[in-house]
Amino acid sequence: MTIDDQPLLSARGISKMYGQHVGCTDVSFDLFAGEVLAVVGESGSGKSTLLSVLSTRLEPTGGAVSYRMRDGTMRDVFALNEAERRLLMRTDWGFVHQDAREGLRMGISAGGNVGERLMAVGSRHYGEIRSTALDWLGRVEIDLTRVDDAPKTFSGGMRQRLQIARNLVTQPRLVFMDEPTGGLDVSVQARLLDLLRGLVADLGLAVIIVTHDLAVARLLSHRIMVMRAGRVIETGLTDQVLDDPREPYTQLLVSSVLQV
Amino acid sequence: MAPRVEIDGVSKSFVMHLQGGKQLPVVGNVSLDVSAGECVVLGGPSGAGKSSILKMIYGNYRVDSGHILVHAADGPVDVASASPREIIRLRRQSLGYVSQFLRAIPRVSALDLIVAAAREQGIEEERATKRAKSLLERLNVPERLWSLPPATFSGGEQQRVNIARGFVADHRVLLLDEPTASLDAVNRAAVVELVFDKKRHGVAMIGIFHDEDVRERVADRIVDVTRFAAKAA
Repeated sequence: MTIDDQPLLSARGISKMYGQHVGCTDVSFDLFAGEVLAVVGESGSGKSTLLSVLSTRLEPTGGAVSYRMRDGTMRDVFALNEAERRLLMRTDWGFVHQDAREGLRMGISAGGNVGERLMAVGSRHYGEIRSTALDWLGRVEIDLTRVDDAPKTFSGGMRQRLQIARNLVTQPRLVFMDEPTGGLDVSVQARLLDLLRGLVADLGLAVIIVTHDLAVARLLSHRIMVMRAGRVIETGLTDQVLDDPREPYTQLLVSSVLQV
Repeated sequence: MAPRVEIDGVSKSFVMHLQGGKQLPVVGNVSLDVSAGECVVLGGPSGAGKSSILKMIYGNYRVDSGHILVHAADGPVDVASASPREIIRLRRQSLGYVSQFLRAIPRVSALDLIVAAAREQGIEEERATKRAKSLLERLNVPERLWSLPPATFSGGEQQRVNIARGFVADHRVLLLDEPTASLDAVNRAAVVELVFDKKRHGVAMIGIFHDEDVRERVADRIVDVTRFAAKAA
């Protein structure tokens, strides 16, 4: 078995209860390097709860998440000590929030937002940090004359692109995305999606993306998990689930999309 | 010659949950082998399940029973039971699909779209570009369009970009879903030539061609799919 036959992330029996209320329950899957998994479902389906657990932002009530570290060992992510977990989240993982304000420091410059993550992993050379930051701003198509402006002066689409640059600058292998195009105008969404599609392919990123938008799932993902009431009700190859949905709820979701 | 594609006892029906669980039988007991260098054309009236059969071979549609073996260079894959990862790998390396509809990606040029399809299979950049250009030429796509994203192209131009995309790589098996529909005679002839090229390279093809003239020229065998009509459950 070569290394690529081993999953990058493995979830087994993940459950999260909020008191009596089910957040998500009994979710198991493997994610491999370079694979894009879309988790789809409506509000309240448990998809965001699942993402929070997988990314260790929430402790699960039950189940386990293991991750293949850069040294090749599989580790239980909830058994990492605080320093190990922070390092993982700052280097090998990224998290793109729907609301860019949660993922950015709104008061510091765009260049600073990107550079900060580099400094967190030990970069100290100002010139190198700035040139890497500029390079990433260019890759996410932010006008380089804006490098010293704070994101509070940016449009929604620019903020989202900056958030992506901040996440990718440390060359993570896995990026979590929570409705990354939500709340953006359609034309801005299209540009962001196109940019994401290119970056994910070029960098060979593994992505777990939560979205309620099946078109986003179609464009970006290899695989889909459909969630309803906290459970995964259908899973498979993206075009298979969308072209030949099997479960009643998935058929309803797919047939509810307006054809343009 | 050993078959490249072996379809054995494949059945498919849709269950329409939004229509009270109505069963919609599509095909039953499809059995069909295709050899290297052979082009099998699916015949029969519209609605007989021709396109569904191609979608099952490609893995877009799931099957209820049976096996669909596609012989990749490193061994057979049963699409009917393969994992998503195995199907993605099979599509990347061995199994191509050419439809008449291009899913245009904003901001990616026609040439880059085609080059990307070849690169995905591991063909190096220079060779991929050379092939892509030669295909665009053969399919009479004007050179001034090559560097533009196809979203604004005419339907026929988009279709020809998509055909180039489907033919550019070295897939061992190609599924052709009416690639010549609505093309003019010159471009239909160009597609026929591309099919002949693939045959010479030992590619196994399964296709749907409504144009009778094209069908007669490319088909080594015509299989009437009405013989796979689903038996009412």
